[in-house]
Amino acid sequence: MNHPHRRTAIRLAAVCVLMLGFSYALVPLYDALCDLTGLSGSTGNLTQAAPAAPKTGTAIERQVTLQFVANVDRSMPWDIRPDQFEMKVQPGQTYQTVFHAYNRTARPMTGQAVPSVAPQMAAPHLIKQECFCFTSQPLEAGERVEMPLIFRVSERLPETIETLTLSYTFFDVSQTSGTQSS
Amino acid sequence: MSEIAADAHDDHHDYHPSGLWRWVTTTNHKDIGTLYLWLAMIMFFIGGAMALVIRTELFSPGLQFVDPQFFNSMTTLHALVMIFGVVMPAFTGLANWQIPLMVGATDMALPRLNNWSFWILPFAFTMLLSTLFMDGGGPAGGWTLYPPLTLQTGDALPFVIFSIHFMGMSSIMGAINVIATIINMRAPGMHMMKMPLFVWTWLITAFLLIAVMPVLAGGVTMLLTDKFFGTSFFNAAGGGDPVMFQHIFWFFGHPEVYILILPSFGVVSSILPTFSRKPLFGYSSMVYATASIAFLSFVVWAHHMFTVGMPLAGELFFMFATMLIAVPTGVKVFNWVATMWRGSMTFETPMLFAIGFIIMFTIGGFSGLMLAIVPADFQYHDSYFVVAHFHYVLVPGSIFAIMAAVYYWLPKWTGNHYPERLGKWHFWLSTIFVNLTFFPMHFVGLAGMPRRIPDYALQFADYNMLASVGAFGFGFAQLLFLYIVLVTIRGGEKATDRVWEGAEGLEWTLPSPPPYHSFTTPPVIR
Repeated sequence: MNHPHRRTAIRLAAVCVLMLGFSYALVPLYDALCDLTGLSGSTGNLTQAAPAAPKTGTAIERQVTLQFVANVDRSMPWDIRPDQFEMKVQPGQTYQTVFHAYNRTARPMTGQAVPSVAPQMAAPHLIKQECFCFTSQPLEAGERVEMPLIFRVSERLPETIETLTLSYTFFDVSQTSGTQSS
Repeated sequence: MSEIAADAHDDHHDYHPSGLWRWVTTTNHKDIGTLYLWLAMIMFFIGGAMALVIRTELFSPGLQFVDPQFFNSMTTLHALVMIFGVVMPAFTGLANWQIPLMVGATDMALPRLNNWSFWILPFAFTMLLSTLFMDGGGPAGGWTLYPPLTLQTGDALPFVIFSIHFMGMSSIMGAINVIATIINMRAPGMHMMKMPLFVWTWLITAFLLIAVMPVLAGGVTMLLTDKFFGTSFFNAAGGGDPVMFQHIFWFFGHPEVYILILPSFGVVSSILPTFSRKPLFGYSSMVYATASIAFLSFVVWAHHMFTVGMPLAGELFFMFATMLIAVPTGVKVFNWVATMWRGSMTFETPMLFAIGFIIMFTIGGFSGLMLAIVPADFQYHDSYFVVAHFHYVLVPGSIFAIMAAVYYWLPKWTGNHYPERLGKWHFWLSTIFVNLTFFPMHFVGLAGMPRRIPDYALQFADYNMLASVGAFGFGFAQLLFLYIVLVTIRGGEKATDRVWEGAEGLEWTLPSPPPYHSFTTPPVIR
């Protein structure tokens, strides 16, 4: 029947489908933007190229305080705590610490940690060389484990920042990773 | 343009079912416009009743009438009903009635799609309102549906999401119809820059609808899969981020607020020249201003979420982009005032509502500018100041424009004049009570009263009592509106073809009421 109308309607419907696709495309776009800017406290990747190596001798006597926080999700019956709650660190130096995890339940479970750095401006400057974040951590009933963290703080950390907080939240991912009890 | 004449001759042209079946099967733009407007009227009273539940609870401090969960579902459903069930269908109804008459077309371009886009809506709203009777109650996390709170909704959640899908489909189909009609069915000689501004604003609104309703659909679908299918779009445990929902939602939500206001600009731009007996001042600047507002609406969304924590550069960008919108809006207000300047003005009810719109919408625009200032917004955010702001742009803004349009075109639609004295009563009661309701909310908001709470600190008691009195006054004044519409449909002083002395445009060349099939031969445009 009305060809110009049908053509207009089909084109407009195509725009709708495109915009629906765009709403889903916003998900990876948002992640990419967060990685780029450190928005929502997301931290740099392990593979991220480290900023220029420290120039020996120019190391000023700058010290910053790094605080560690570990939390569990409401439905997560584990005990998590950092080995040290606070470290004095020099920007540019590499440090190591551990977190302790204990599965209080009588069933094997899998947990996963999601990190966040405050203040946000500091997030891109905390470089983790080894980290347990974003990998599943299986624990048998009553098992304890030490999870290592190797990191350094970039010298490019803005002068105004004297204290950083690295916070981990543990979530129960037993359902999705298939290590369900029974 | 030969298809224009062919459109009117569908195979069931001579088949006129009567009674209810006529309305179910109708593909006539006038019938469908009427259906949309009546749906909006019914939903207006339902949404208004919810507002009165809210204002009853807030009449005095303390919890006295409803429990907080129900209070929260009242605020949530009041917003969803008023936005998707009143303002949007009312504008679509006006578009259905007026756009074919204004561009000299026989009907809408896609009449069967038109029937479908209306008849989805009663089902969508039945489903939405039925959630009030489900386990766990209606949705109570606010109309913005932020996760994780909204994911704690009981059985209602999938019904709310599906009803939003339906409303979105209906709006998209309506918008496709409007665009196809305006692009393809203008009478010969009706160039784009000769179209009445109501047609222009609706064309731009329809493009906004097509661009953003699918984004809302995508966002709420992600909520649905997060809740029931184990995805983690907004779930931190799976690497998602709840703040991302706010970005997706407001990418829809900000253009949506212009969807709710741009057709009002068109209505006011049609009414002012008639009662000022002067052509509209600055027609082409009005068109360009509308288009700029629509374009800018896509790059300001994050001003709804300044407090989530954004880089300074982001906050500055969104602040300045938001303030930039004041420029084309200022152009429009200036042109309206200039249209009235030295006109021989008369103050019939449509003109009163249009002037009321300009003044009170501008108040809402200014409080919007205050909210755009990032450092100030941290104080205003989620307070009653925000409630006052968006009610000023939506009630004496969009709703007044819809009422102005109904008074302006009702004599054309029905062939009868409405009772002028009652119309003026309706205007003055509405204006007094709407200000009594919403103006004090600025003060309690600035003093720190948060929105979406059933109880409040004692120092806010007096202003809340005033607001509640105003809300009841405004609500009951609208019964007068219903009465006026009903008596005008049933009879009254006969209207001439032109209805208003100063009216210009194709719709006034038709008899009042216009024949069921109008412009079966295209009109000639001078």
